[in-house]
Amino acid sequence: MAKNLFEVKTGLAEMLKGGVIMDVTTPGEASIAEKAGAVAVMALERIPADIRRDGGIARASDPQMIKDIQESVSIPVMAKCRIGHFAEAQVLEALEVDYIDESEVLTPADEANHIWKHDFKTPFVCGATNLAEALRRIGEGAALIRTKGEPGTGNIVEAVRHMRTIVMEMSHLSTLRGDELMAVAKEMGAPFHLVAQIAETGKLPVPNFSAGGIATPADASLVMQLGAESIFVGSGIFKSEDPAMRAKAIVQAATFFDDPKKLAEISTGLGAAMKGLDMSEISPEDRMQDRGW
Amino acid sequence: MIGVVALQGSFAKHAHSLGSIGVTCRAVRSEADLKSIDGLVLPGGESTTMTTLLQNEGLWEPLNATLETMPVFGTCAGAILLGQQVDDDRVKCFDKIQYKAVRNAYGRQIESFTTSLILPKLNYHDFHAVFIRAPKFENIQQGVDSLAVYGPEHVLLRQDHVLAASFHPELTDDATIHKYFVDEIVLKYR
Repeated sequence: MAKNLFEVKTGLAEMLKGGVIMDVTTPGEASIAEKAGAVAVMALERIPADIRRDGGIARASDPQMIKDIQESVSIPVMAKCRIGHFAEAQVLEALEVDYIDESEVLTPADEANHIWKHDFKTPFVCGATNLAEALRRIGEGAALIRTKGEPGTGNIVEAVRHMRTIVMEMSHLSTLRGDELMAVAKEMGAPFHLVAQIAETGKLPVPNFSAGGIATPADASLVMQLGAESIFVGSGIFKSEDPAMRAKAIVQAATFFDDPKKLAEISTGLGAAMKGLDMSEISPEDRMQDRGW
Repeated sequence: MIGVVALQGSFAKHAHSLGSIGVTCRAVRSEADLKSIDGLVLPGGESTTMTTLLQNEGLWEPLNATLETMPVFGTCAGAILLGQQVDDDRVKCFDKIQYKAVRNAYGRQIESFTTSLILPKLNYHDFHAVFIRAPKFENIQQGVDSLAVYGPEHVLLRQDHVLAASFHPELTDDATIHKYFVDEIVLKYR
């Protein structure tokens, strides 16, 4: 029997495909998410929209709060640690969370290094804005990649940019000759063996999800049609008028993402979505997607 | 033609495994998709999510009726749904194979593992099995045939036209168990 295997880590992500992972801050919200059909919940003290509003340093959550959420649901529970903060990740592993998100939503702890994720038995998910960033994280041991988008905005524009960029860069790599790959890997600053692998297979060696700004069923459909295999919804559910109904609708949208008639039905009568932020309202130093590299 | 229930989870992996042995598949997302298929797969994923979606989409009843006679292969969450009972009232069962499923019985993700299984009745050794937050099967009734054990646990079970695995054969490139399902169950029961 072997436990610390990459296929066991990516295996759980495979089980989450076609699903929705929802940010929750209380056991009550976790139960709403589970009842709506979420495949997993992300336990955190404040959802990204509130972190953005409150300012200050955002850290990993209180273990008690994570334990309370683990008690209240039977689906996998994920939790966030700061970029580079491997001690927070060790605490989350001790709590037996099912996935650790090394997340730009929290204040980075290390501006030079991300966590060496191969050292952990718990799988990691990491954000990326482009293919090179995704491959650096996979090189460090991430078992799941998600777009960063711009968290807490309810604005899908950045998640779309990141998903399109990753997919376009992968298809570009698959057109190259073998003798061109080393130069491209050098330029990208990405591990050569992963660049060569993408050139051959045309896809990431780990599942590819989307996060950062999803607020409606159509947003879910959009990123999934662009290549996302599942979605994370942060502020979009519990900052909307009717979270339970919106949660259920976004879960359905993840299944029927390519069925516009069904989406029309799903999107009807959900009440107001979260208000949201235009990118021009966010000053450069407040852009979460620029945290990490 | 095998229908793979494709609401959530590892449905694409199952279609890939079946495709590798030359079997065509159809994604099942509505009642109409159940027409003129010869077998069904209930994939791995989250059993609470699948219960919710099957009920919300009005797929529960037609699927339940179809499964009375239709050859079916359920893995992990799919195996939980096929059982007689489950230890969690958030999940509903089709009661098509007589055992009680205990969810996440090995523990959380940190306890997930891989191992090598012997499949004596398939005359096969060294099947690489991936267990992800796997269930255990308890109160296994007479008439349910065990095709593989891991320690004291029965991990691959068959009762007539129903095949259930607590692990994920769809996550490997070895289609031995999919081939058994097609050759020994689908082709013999249709």
